[in-house]
Amino acid sequence: MDKFLEWLKRVDFPTLVISLFLVALFFVAIFVKVPIPSLLSDSIRRIGMNGVLVLAMVPTIRAGVGPNFGLPVGIIGGLLGALISMQLGLSGFLGFWVAVFLSVTICVGIGLGYGWLLEKVRGQEMMVGTYMGYSIVAFMSIMWLMLPFTNPDMVWAIGGKGLRYTLALDKYFGHVLNNFLKFKVGGVEVPTGLILFFAGACLLVYLFFRTKVGLAIDLVGQNEKYAISSGVNPKRARLVAVVLSTVIAGVGIIVYAQSYGFLQLYQAPLFMTFPAVASILIGGASIRRANIRNVVIGTVIFQTLLTISLPVLSQVTRGDVTEVMRLIVSNGMILYALTRAPREAG
Amino acid sequence: MEKLKKVLISYAVPIFFSILCVSAVLVAKIPPLFLASEIVRRLSRNTFLVLSLIIPIVAGLGLNFGIVLGAMAAQAALFFVVDWKIKGIPGVLVACLMASAISVVLGWLAGLVLNKAKGREMITSMILGFFANGIYQLIFLFFVGSIIPYRTRQFLLPEGVGLRNTVDLYGTVASVLNNAWVVQIGTIRVFILPLLIVGLLCLFITFLFKTKLGQDIRAVGQDMHIAEVAGIDVNKVRIIAIVISTVLAAIGQVIYLQDIGTINTYNSHEQIGLFSIAALLVGGATTRKATIWNAIIGVLLFHTLFVVAPSAGNRLFGQPQVGEFFREFLAYAVIAFALAMHGWRTKRILM
Repeated sequence: MDKFLEWLKRVDFPTLVISLFLVALFFVAIFVKVPIPSLLSDSIRRIGMNGVLVLAMVPTIRAGVGPNFGLPVGIIGGLLGALISMQLGLSGFLGFWVAVFLSVTICVGIGLGYGWLLEKVRGQEMMVGTYMGYSIVAFMSIMWLMLPFTNPDMVWAIGGKGLRYTLALDKYFGHVLNNFLKFKVGGVEVPTGLILFFAGACLLVYLFFRTKVGLAIDLVGQNEKYAISSGVNPKRARLVAVVLSTVIAGVGIIVYAQSYGFLQLYQAPLFMTFPAVASILIGGASIRRANIRNVVIGTVIFQTLLTISLPVLSQVTRGDVTEVMRLIVSNGMILYALTRAPREAG
Repeated sequence: MEKLKKVLISYAVPIFFSILCVSAVLVAKIPPLFLASEIVRRLSRNTFLVLSLIIPIVAGLGLNFGIVLGAMAAQAALFFVVDWKIKGIPGVLVACLMASAISVVLGWLAGLVLNKAKGREMITSMILGFFANGIYQLIFLFFVGSIIPYRTRQFLLPEGVGLRNTVDLYGTVASVLNNAWVVQIGTIRVFILPLLIVGLLCLFITFLFKTKLGQDIRAVGQDMHIAEVAGIDVNKVRIIAIVISTVLAAIGQVIYLQDIGTINTYNSHEQIGLFSIAALLVGGATTRKATIWNAIIGVLLFHTLFVVAPSAGNRLFGQPQVGEFFREFLAYAVIAFALAMHGWRTKRILM
């Protein structure tokens, strides 16, 4: 009993509330006879789909920069990589890996610039990041209209210029990870490739934080003065963290797009940031502390919640209340973390 | 020479935007009279909202992204004024009173939250706006018509629960303030009453900063610790600044919506935050310093660009869409730039 209480104290309050809500929803689901296996399949797919984007929050939080509100900066890099791969007409795993490779290259470049800017505005990273994200998305909206892509699947049928709002990926690398070693257990579909990719990405980031560079980032995030006295260059450590986060975001959007089956351009990247930030916070992270466990727990809870609340709540209320719930839960979570941080920062 | 350089640097943003505006106007070849009438109208429509941002900046809270709370309160009030069919000036007055009452509560809550997030007020007020938007949608999409009685069927969704995407004000309060006193100069219609209200607000703000409360707000904005030592209740002053700002934003939104004539139920308030803040910054304000003139010049410049950007984009690139994205990009970029300058300066002060 003591041990249980001890464990309860360690678990974040909102994490607990949301988990309990989730359990309650599952009971309602059984009660109103929503097919559980299909709910589980959807949840698993969405966990793998969004997980990598959530993972992008880890490096910046650990470096003391706060959650990466400039996620669209990396997403743009990922989209560019995917678009070039499509323009080259590559399909299947080749297309996917070329897209990933290109996006990593592009994101390293953008990430260096973005990291440089964030270093200049130290202390205001969250705000500047948010608006950098907005600006780059609006700027790239112009670019999507102007860039010389010519693949007829990608540009508007009329006029032959400017990219479409959503690009279907089924002829390219749509669902390649999802379909890799896919199997079914008792009606639950498991997209093995997708889960393996997410697990692999988590493992890589985990291992990275065991290396000398990773430990230096950790140290800078915990105590900058101590880091300097141990011979770490805090500016360089933060730059590495921002670049890493940008790269993960770029790869994350490719994973997301292949699972969704469509590449979404123009305004779409803006809607990725806040759910990703909220996910890691729901997993028990704060704006100064985060680990891989927070990513996994947060993504599992948040995505399962979103998946099962739609069919379950639509039985109870009229209309789609989930979109509104997503807004309230994710922003409420971020708000909670922002108002609570100082006591933990110390 | 040194002095000139200093002036150029501190007015860099307005100067840059003036050049941009002039070249966009030249490229777009818009008839000057049309442009002038648009600008005059936008000046009477948007300035009040932009002015509502000034007090929190002076109080050191930075850009109050939480003015969307006030805008939401205004819309909530208007929905019911329309439902109760209160027409004309009384309708506007009732809407303003109700909106102010809701805004006092919302502003007070926002102030409490922001006091818990010192040093991160801007991002917190922004997220607070998003959060409130969720609650707003919950109320007007699911509660109106089911829990909250609403009689006007034509504004409700077919099932009778939740408001439609647009609620129009024609026949009730649309253009009520505008039409109260119109002066026609050539083809330009000048709406005197909203401009007078803006003038009154300018006087009020100038007067406020001469009172004890205004001095306290300034002191808190300059240095919270010194103000605390001087015996000022810092938290209380900050809450008052946010409450005033939210109430002003609510009244500003009523003025804005009576001019537009229709409420975009789930969008109107979102855009208002972005465009008001961008306009103020274009006028040369920073996150630490803002004056009435920044607001007025900002509205002039930003909205000139707003009017001409699509046609300029069309002339230059053959696609009006480019112009639309470009003006959106400018709104975001000017905020990003101002925030970056803010971060850069605070960092230099700390070192």
